[in-house]
Amino acid sequence: MRKKEINFLLHRPSSSRPVCPPALAQMEVDEVVRLPRLSRVAVCGGTHGNELSGVYLVRELLKGRKQVMEEEERPPSVLTVLANPRAVQQCRRYIDTDLNRCFTHAALKGPSSGPVPYETTRSRELNAALGPKGSPGAVELVCDLHNTTANMGLCLIAYSDCDWICLHIFRHLQRKMPDVPMRYIHFDVSNKESYSLDSVGKHGFAMEIGPQPHGVVRSDVYAAMKAGVQHMLDWVCFFNSGSTFEGEYVDVFTMIKHIDYPRDGETRNITAAIHPQLQDRDFCLLHPEDPLFQTFSGETLRYKGSEALYPFFINECAYYEKGIALSLARKRRVMVPAIRVQTEREEEEEEEEE
Amino acid sequence: MEHVCFCPLSRFAICGGTHGNEMSGVYMVREMQKQKVDQMGSVSITSILSNPPAVDACRRYMGTDLNRCFTDALLSGATTDDTPYELRRARELNAQLGPKGSPEAVDLLCDIHNTTANMGLCLIFYSFDWIALHIYKYIQSKMTSAPVRAICLNEPSSEAYSLESIGKHGISIEVGPQPTGVVRADIFNMAKEAVDLSLEWLHTFNSGSTFEGGEVEAYTPVRSVDYPRDPTTGEITAAIHPQLQDNDFNILRPGDPVFQFFSGETVKHEGEDLYPLFVNECAYYEKKVAFQLTKKITVTLPSVGVKKD
Repeated sequence: MRKKEINFLLHRPSSSRPVCPPALAQMEVDEVVRLPRLSRVAVCGGTHGNELSGVYLVRELLKGRKQVMEEEERPPSVLTVLANPRAVQQCRRYIDTDLNRCFTHAALKGPSSGPVPYETTRSRELNAALGPKGSPGAVELVCDLHNTTANMGLCLIAYSDCDWICLHIFRHLQRKMPDVPMRYIHFDVSNKESYSLDSVGKHGFAMEIGPQPHGVVRSDVYAAMKAGVQHMLDWVCFFNSGSTFEGEYVDVFTMIKHIDYPRDGETRNITAAIHPQLQDRDFCLLHPEDPLFQTFSGETLRYKGSEALYPFFINECAYYEKGIALSLARKRRVMVPAIRVQTEREEEEEEEEE
Repeated sequence: MEHVCFCPLSRFAICGGTHGNEMSGVYMVREMQKQKVDQMGSVSITSILSNPPAVDACRRYMGTDLNRCFTDALLSGATTDDTPYELRRARELNAQLGPKGSPEAVDLLCDIHNTTANMGLCLIFYSFDWIALHIYKYIQSKMTSAPVRAICLNEPSSEAYSLESIGKHGISIEVGPQPTGVVRADIFNMAKEAVDLSLEWLHTFNSGSTFEGGEVEAYTPVRSVDYPRDPTTGEITAAIHPQLQDNDFNILRPGDPVFQFFSGETVKHEGEDLYPLFVNECAYYEKKVAFQLTKKITVTLPSVGVKKD
């Protein structure tokens, strides 16, 4: 029986992000969603200057591309970007302010008078080069490379739990890299409030790999990131050349809340560390009354929430200053439909409709 | 067997935050100051945050590495407006806990550090200090939570550059692996246990016990190895090889892989069998050290006890 093909325009020029049609939950898994081709992919590293896998991978990719400049570019065209060069040079997360919080619409358009932090200027440059965010000129896919000190394996972090491109890429990586623990994390943030570099593209995600100390490059983590990026680019080629990707179910972790460290009332210094029984146990279910923190005097503090949730970003170095000891997520199964690239005729028909 | 007597060791200093982003020592000193810990039996305790501005900024240092500022030459220089912060601070610490080489110096100075390398608990000291070596022997016999090793540096006192060299006896307690800027409970507990055992040893020593001599193993530096680098930019072009990563203190033989280029090729170890440590220590990238190579030695300790009147 021929599969029913659905010509959804899942991203509209007037909004930059996929909008989930309400009827999708009722769709059958074998209905094929047609999506526009992904002509340009941006691979970004060094958004945080001390997260080194992405820095060295982008440098390697740039070197490799210098060597193949004579060759015809395979679709898609790939832009490789070192997002925060000054922070990379100083091996710091940022110079003035966290670049990866500078991409809300408000921050991108904000007032131009007065002293502007370096990263604000830089975010506007990146938005001009890869966006503008929300416009038809934005690149089709942004993959932003990060490391974490938390024991999270490889995670794709996205603002949507119904961006079929991102979810199919995730499944592809899982199949191709079965030895790497891999999860899909969803931050339920509206397009208006989305703040990170990956939100500039029509589709985007952060590829986060840990554990790795900041300022250090580990071979195993570098190799995983290199393979992840390669498999992602391969998938985009397959997609653009007309392959159908079968529908299936994906486990998605949706961030619910953060928990801060206990702090001294006056100094705000932390008074406890992540408990040894929680440390390194990202994505292992945390139940009410499970140990959470161990004070520096040896006392155990327990999780007082009423719902068992999945912890992640446990003891991420950069989050101490953001007031986050760990984040907590709910896990649910998302039904991802089959997808296929739109043909040129279908693209033209859509443009005529607008 | 030889027996060596020492005067009572009653003044103990513990320092943390000598590198502002090595967090075990920072939180240990803060906790001791909060609990107003200043005495344990016969031992008076001073706890000091060595580099407060670097701790506030969560950086290794502000101007220059504090833990390289304690040679006799650097300590005795004149302080001017141009003197970097850490050099000033080194001279303050020397006045407070030393002066280095004088009878007023504290009896034992323990300086708490962390490393991103998989080194477990290491006690680092200069030359063959019987007190430090006996404390190492004691800690090694009592601690089960991690491997305990000793590293003996080869500098004469005048060239000794690190903070613990101010004390009459000094030990740098290095615990890893821990990322900079992060405090792990298991690593904190290891460092705390080492400090508690050191205090226990001092008190037992002061009470008149004899500590029997014997043989201990230690590691002494032979040389360090830098990363392969791009000759134009100076950027590293390879990472520690997966077979060496996390394998501090496992013997390295000629032909064993040490680096993996980002493009994939392997570099192998050449030369004699040696023991690697500080493998992939974050702060050493800028010091051009990918790992250090050491040889293992056996030291014969005399028995020690306190001088009785």
